[in-house]
Amino acid sequence: MTRPMIAFEGVTKRFGSWTAVDGVSLAVEEGEFCVLVGPSGSGKSTLLRMVNRLAAPDAGAVRVAGEDIAGLAPEALRRRMGYVIQSVGLFPHWTVARNIATVPVLLGWPRARVRERVDALMRLLNLDPDRFRGLYPHQLSGGQQQRVGVARALAGDPPVLLMDEPFSALDPITRGTLRTELAQIHRKTGKTILFVTHDMDEALALADRIAVLEQGRLVQHATPREILTRPADGFVRDLVGREEWGLKRLAVETAGERARPDAPPPSEQPPGEPLPGDMPLRRALSEMIARGVDRLPVMDAEGRPAGVLHLADLVRS
Amino acid sequence: MIRNRVLFVLAAAIAVAALALPFLSFAPNRLLSGQGIALAAALEMPRGLALLAPGAVLLAVPFLRPSRGATAASVAAALLVGAGLLWLAGLHAAELAATAPPAARTSFGSGFWAMEAAALLAALDGARRLGLPAPGRIALGLATALLLAAPLAAGQLDQLSILKEYANRRDAFSDAVLRHGAIVAAALVPTLALGLPLGVLAQRRPTVGRLLFPVLNIVQTIPSIALFGLMLAPLSALSAAFPSLGIAGVGMAPAVIALTLYSLLPIVRNTAAGLDGVPEPVREAARGMGMTPAQLFLRVDVPLALPVLLAGFRITLVQAVGLAAVAALIGAGGLGAIMFQGLFANALDLVLLGAVPVILLALAADALLRLAEALLPLPGGRRAV
Repeated sequence: MTRPMIAFEGVTKRFGSWTAVDGVSLAVEEGEFCVLVGPSGSGKSTLLRMVNRLAAPDAGAVRVAGEDIAGLAPEALRRRMGYVIQSVGLFPHWTVARNIATVPVLLGWPRARVRERVDALMRLLNLDPDRFRGLYPHQLSGGQQQRVGVARALAGDPPVLLMDEPFSALDPITRGTLRTELAQIHRKTGKTILFVTHDMDEALALADRIAVLEQGRLVQHATPREILTRPADGFVRDLVGREEWGLKRLAVETAGERARPDAPPPSEQPPGEPLPGDMPLRRALSEMIARGVDRLPVMDAEGRPAGVLHLADLVRS
Repeated sequence: MIRNRVLFVLAAAIAVAALALPFLSFAPNRLLSGQGIALAAALEMPRGLALLAPGAVLLAVPFLRPSRGATAASVAAALLVGAGLLWLAGLHAAELAATAPPAARTSFGSGFWAMEAAALLAALDGARRLGLPAPGRIALGLATALLLAAPLAAGQLDQLSILKEYANRRDAFSDAVLRHGAIVAAALVPTLALGLPLGVLAQRRPTVGRLLFPVLNIVQTIPSIALFGLMLAPLSALSAAFPSLGIAGVGMAPAVIALTLYSLLPIVRNTAAGLDGVPEPVREAARGMGMTPAQLFLRVDVPLALPVLLAGFRITLVQAVGLAAVAALIGAGGLGAIMFQGLFANALDLVLLGAVPVILLALAADALLRLAEALLPLPGGRRAV
C-alpha cells in the first residue's frame, strides 16, 4: 500500500472564535495534483499553510511522507517544499537568478551546481537564461514574475509543491498559458502538488483530484469527473456552476476515451486531420463545429489510428 | 519679457545689494562697530570684471529663451559670482590692512552676505532645473566646495576679521572642532546601540511603538537649552553620590545624554518605518522558502529597509552636529564654546568663527550620507550612481 505524500488527520485551526479549518482529513498521494477549492474564508489557504508550518493546527496532525511534521524543524521542512503565492513575493533586491537560487543557497549547494540548476529551471519555465538571468523583478511582467516564482519553488527539487492561488492575479491569457505549462511540468517532474484556488474551472482543468471546502469543512474529495457528474451537494453544484455545465463536463474527458475503437476500413475513414487522443472533448467539439463535420478520426500518442469520434457520442453520458 | 522669475528676482537682489548695502565693514578695532564700504570701492578694474562679467550673465539669463545651455550658464555664473565676492572681499581687506593700524578689522558687510546667499540660491535653483543625475550632482557639489574653498586655502582671505580671530586662536579652534566631533560621536554610539533595537522592537510589537513614540516626540519638543538644564540636577546628584564614576553635572556627560535623547526619535522612527516598508509577501515568501528568522532579518529586512535607515541616520547626524553647539552652554566645549564666547564679548566675527564651521560640518555630513544613500542599490537593484 502506498503511503500518502501529504496526509491531514482530523486537522482543526481556530483564529479566536472563528474556526478556519474544522476537522479535515485528507490524503494526497505521491505524484498527485490535488486542488483545494472553495470560496474565500473556506479555510483552503490555512490548510495549505499548515503543510509547511506557516500555520500550526490546534488539533489533529499533518504528515508528510508519513512523518508528523510537528516534530520537524520548520526551516528544514520548508526547504523540502516549494511554495508559490499569489503575490509572488520575489526578493526585489535580488536578480532573477539569485531569486531562483534562494533554496539551493540556503541548502549550501556548491556554486556551479546552483548555476546549472537555475539555468535548467529557467528553460523549464520558458525564460531564456541569457536574457533574464541578470534582470530584477521590477523589470518583468506579472506572468514572467510568476514564472520566476514557480522556478524558485522548484529550485531545491522538492518532492512537494505548495501553490496558493498562484495565477489569480494574472490576466486570463497568461493564466491559461501558465496553467498549461504547470500541467506539463507536473507530468514531467511527477511532483506532488497541492494547489489552492477559488476558481472551479482552474481546479477542473488541473486537478487529479479536487478537495472542495466550505466554511472549514471538507465537502467532497473526488476526481473532476465525479465532481461534475456526482456533486456531493447543492454547494458543490453551485460552485461548478450550471452555466456551460455540459461543456465543462466535456472538458474533463478526452477524445480517445469516447472514440469508437473499431477503426472502419480506410474507405469509410472520415476525412480530415486526426485528433490527438488526449484532446479534451470540449476542444474536439469545437473542431467539429469549425470543420463542419460530425465525425473525426482520432489517433493515439504514436500517431496510429485509434478510432472515430462521432458527434452523437458527445451527448452520450 | 522675463522667462525665469526666480533667477530674475535673485539676480535683481544681487544688483540691489551691490548698490545699496555695504560690502565690507571697516572698524578701528574688533569691539567697535565699523563703517560700511561699498562694493564699488573693491571693484577696481580689471579685477572687477571677475565679478561683473558673471554678474551680467546672471542678469541676462532670465530674459533668454529657457534652454539647458542657458540654465547651465546661469549655474556657472552664479558660482563665479559667489567665488568672486569672496575673492574681492579678501583682496580689498588686504589693501585696507596695508594702510591701517594692526588692531583695525575688516569684516563682511550685510551686502556681502545678501549677495553671497542670493548667488548660492541661484546656483542651487539652476542645478535643480538641470535635473542632473546623482554623479553630476556630486561633481557639481564638489566643484562648488572647491571654488569657495580656494581663496581660503590660498590665504587670500587672511586679512578678514573672521580669519584674524582664527589666527588668534588656531589651537583652541582645532581643539573645538575635535571636541565637537567627539561629542557627536559619543552621542551616536548609545543612539545606535539603543535606537536600532528599539526601532526593530517598535515595528514588531505595535504596543511598544504606541508607548515609545509619544515619549520620544515629547523629548524632541523640549527646547535644547531646557533639556541640557534638566540634566544638571540628576547628574550632579549622581556624581555627588558616586564620585568614582567621573560624571559631572556639567560637561560631556549631560551633553551626550541629551543629544542621545534627541537623536533617538529619528533613528527609532526610521528603523521602524524602513522595516514596515518591507512588503509582507516578500517576508512570507522568505519564510516559506525556509529562511530562519536571522536569515530573514539579515538577507531581506535589512537590505530592503537600508535606504530609510540611512536617511534616519543622516537626519540624526545633521541634527546632532547642530545641537552639540548648544551643549557648550553646560560646559561641554566644542564650536559652540567659541560662538558663545563671541556672543558674550559682542564680537560678531568670533560668533561666526564658531557658527560657520558648524554649518559646514552639518552640510558635509549631509552630503556624505546622501552620497552613501545614492551608492546603495535601489530596490530594483540599480544604483543611482
